[in-house]
Formats: sequence, structure tokens, C-alpha cells
Amino acid sequence: MKTFRFVVVSVLLLLTPATLPASEPELEGHGETEEQFDAGTFILDHISDSHEWHLYTKKNGEHVAVYLPVILYSRERGFDFFSSKKLAHGHEYLGYRIEEEGDLKGKIVSVNEAGEADELNLPFDFSITKAVVGMLASAIIGLVLFISLARSYKKTGISHPKGIQSFLEPIILFVRDDIAIPNIGLHKYEKYMPYLLTAFFFILINNLMGLIPVPPPFGANVTGNIAVTLVLATCTFIITQFSGNKAYWKHIFAAPGVPFWLLPIMIPVEIIGIFSKPFALMIRLFANITAGHIIVLSLICLIFIFNSLAVAPISMFFVVFMDFLELLVAFLQAYIFTLLSALFISLAVAEEHH
Amino acid sequence: MILLANSLTSPGVGTIFWSALIFGVFFLLLAKFAWKPILAAVKARDEMIKGSLESAEKAREEMLKLQSDNEAILKKAREERETILREAREIRDKLISEAKGQASDEASKLIEKARLAIESEKTKAMAEIRDQVASLSVAIASKLIGSELTKSGEQEKLINLYLNDIDLNKN
Repeated sequence: MKTFRFVVVSVLLLLTPATLPASEPELEGHGETEEQFDAGTFILDHISDSHEWHLYTKKNGEHVAVYLPVILYSRERGFDFFSSKKLAHGHEYLGYRIEEEGDLKGKIVSVNEAGEADELNLPFDFSITKAVVGMLASAIIGLVLFISLARSYKKTGISHPKGIQSFLEPIILFVRDDIAIPNIGLHKYEKYMPYLLTAFFFILINNLMGLIPVPPPFGANVTGNIAVTLVLATCTFIITQFSGNKAYWKHIFAAPGVPFWLLPIMIPVEIIGIFSKPFALMIRLFANITAGHIIVLSLICLIFIFNSLAVAPISMFFVVFMDFLELLVAFLQAYIFTLLSALFISLAVAEEHH
Repeated sequence: MILLANSLTSPGVGTIFWSALIFGVFFLLLAKFAWKPILAAVKARDEMIKGSLESAEKAREEMLKLQSDNEAILKKAREERETILREAREIRDKLISEAKGQASDEASKLIEKARLAIESEKTKAMAEIRDQVASLSVAIASKLIGSELTKSGEQEKLINLYLNDIDLNKN
């Protein structure tokens, strides 16, 4: 019963934020020449990072949003720190502006005397964006969850798991027994457990939070942000290279059993392999999560494309179906990322056995 | 380059910075305050379970061993009893047969001895009788000869007298 209520609430939550801003074009339409609903822009606006956390648009066209802090660094001005409210709706502040069109859409640019964006001299944007807030929230949730879990272990000692332990322990044991040990091996896995667990739960919490549409800090597309997956994949890359043993490097630069005249081909291939593995990790997580969000948003957009309430039940049915699928994907992608990380590490620490 | 052209697929410097910072701090805090105690507790429990299972198995094996030991001991004891009984029977039989043999030997030896003694006594007695008869004969003869020389009527009287004198029982 509880799960059912949870599902209903989740569905309602999912539908609300998407429908509210979507009413924008209709209401802001100029009389009879009603503005065409642009699903592509609508979807991209929702999945890409933003300096403000848009909540909904009032009937009079006024936006209700949480304005996030902007931190900029440029060579001329040094550091600047202000609220993104100052840049909202194309406003200019301290010579900065958020581009609304073109390749730099959504990015903060410095404006030159001609009033145009200075594309060659972009400021470094260290703003606390939507993704950063979402990530920060997920990190805090994770910390509270697992530090309290650790504390509960101190209390229960070595007796059977109780309360939150019985829910989280199987997942931890799953990471240990089905990801770390089979890949890295019983002798070396312990060193990598903290990273694998952190990566797994970081991705999982962010995936799940991304599925819940409101309120902030839920609904930010964190694991569907390529910068985040880049950082995660880089961590795996660094750990893999630093745990590489003699056999691993030998395999790259003098693959055993390969005739020496093949080495000029083999060495570049192996070196590309070093980088392509974490690159695949980065793209896989980013693409899966982004694709899921795009599908859900597209299904919702169907209502506005057809501009008919009759489409809503069908569209809602598919959205619910997709959300269940996304729930699976949230776990699956966390699992795959961790599994592949463990696999790459295992390749680096494997003993020579030729 | 297509990746970098789109705002969705071009990683922002700030987002990378914050992701790295948040993920790094998240990792360090969790590693120190969460994973370490959690993994240690789980491992301790695993080891305890493993240890108790092992000791249970060991106890079971020991019990089985003890059982089989007991059985072996019982079997051995039974066998030993058998052998002891058999040996005792054998010894008894041997003793009896030995005793029997010895007794009959002894008896035949005694009989033989008695026979020999009787024989020797007999020969001794015969020899004595012979001597006695000889000396008597001589004495009678001498007496006969002496009285003949004097009086013939008196001779017979004298011989009888002498013969009476010679008590046969005296020898």
C-alpha cells in the first residue's frame, strides 16, 4: 500500500513541474498567432544545467525560480560573486550576460563595447549551478545515510542487521561480493572497496534524485551532466593507472606473444585503449541518464504537441512505464559503472599468467 | 568537435571543479567515517559466522571420530576377549593333557619300580633261601653224619630234633 502511494505521489510530482512551465507558450501567445510549442528547446532546457532553479511560471508570465549564486573569474575582472537573479531574463550585470541563443546558449559570457558576446574571452564559470546544488544535496544525503549507518554498526556490533542496516547492507555486500571480489580478487579488493562503494552510491543517489522532479534539490540532471561523469570516469582512470603493476605496463608496451614488428601498431592501440575505457564510462552514464530524461520529457511534450487533453492519459501511462524503467536504469547504471571500474582496476592489478 | 559545440555535451570547467570537489570530499568523508567501520563490522560478523560454522563442523567431525573410535575400541576389546578366552581354553586343554600324560608316566614308572623291587627282593630271597637251604643241608648233613657214626636208632631222633631246631621261619 505504501509503495502504491509512493508511486502515485511520484507520478504526480513528475507531472507537475513539466506541465507548469509548458503553459508558458500558450499564455504568452500573441493573440491569434499562437506561438508554436518547441519540444526540442523545452526538453533541452530541462536537461541542461542552469544558473537558476526554475519552479513554475505564474499566469501573468512571471517566473518563480530559485536563483543560485554565480561565481565568475575573468582575467580582467578577477573573481565576481553575485546572485543569478541579476542575470535573469537576459539582464546584463558587471558586463556579464547569459546567452539565450546560439552555441553558447545558457552560458555566461562577457559583453564587449558593441554589446555582443566576447566569444574568445569567456569567463571561467564556477557558479553553483543546478547540477552542483543537486550533487551537493545528494552528497549530504549520502553522508547522513552512511555515517548514521556506520554509527548503528557500532551499536549493534556483530549481531544481525537491524533497521536501516537491513536495507543498505545487502547493497554494500552486493558491491563487495558481486562486483569487487569476483573481478579484483580476494587478496586485493579491500583497497578499492571505498572507491567502488562511493562511486556506486554517488551515482545511485544522484540517479534516483534526478528521477524525482520536485522540489529542489530533487530533479537536477546530475549524472546526465557530462562534466560529472567526466570527473567520475577520471577518478577510475587515475586509480587504474596508479594501481597498474609491472604486468599491466608490460602488456601495453611489450605485449607478450606479439611479434616485435607488430609493436608499432600494438602500442598506440593499447594506449588508445587506456583512454577509451574511461571515456566509454563517461559517455555511457551520461547518455543513459540523459536519454531517459529526454524520453520522459518527450512523452510529456506529446500533450502540448497535440495540444489536447485526450492525449494526457496515454502519455501519462507511458511516463509511468518509463519511470519504472528509469528506476531500473538508475540501479543498472550505478552497477555498470562500478562493475566496469572494478574490471579496469582488475586488469591493472592482475598477476602475470602467461 | 560535435561534442564540444553542444552545451549539453561540452563539460563546463566550473561543473568539473565542483564535481571533483564534492565527489572528493564525499569520498574522503565516507571512506573514513562510513566504509571503514561498516566494512570492518561486516567483515567481523562474516568471520564470526565463518568461525562458528567451522568450529561446529570441527566438533561434528570430532564427535564422529570419537564415535568411530569408540566402535573400534569396542571391537578391539571384543576381539581381545575372544583371543584371551581361546588362549585360556588352549592352555587348559594343554595343561589337562600334560597332567594326564605325566600321571600315566608316573604310574607306569611306579609300577615298573615296584616290579623291579619285587623282582630284586625275590631274587634276593631266592638267593637267601638257596643259601639257607645249602647251609641247612650242610648242617643236616653234618649232623646226620655225626649221629650215624654213633647210633643208628638215635640218628633219626637226632635229625628230627635238629630239624625241629631249625625253624624255617627263623631265616
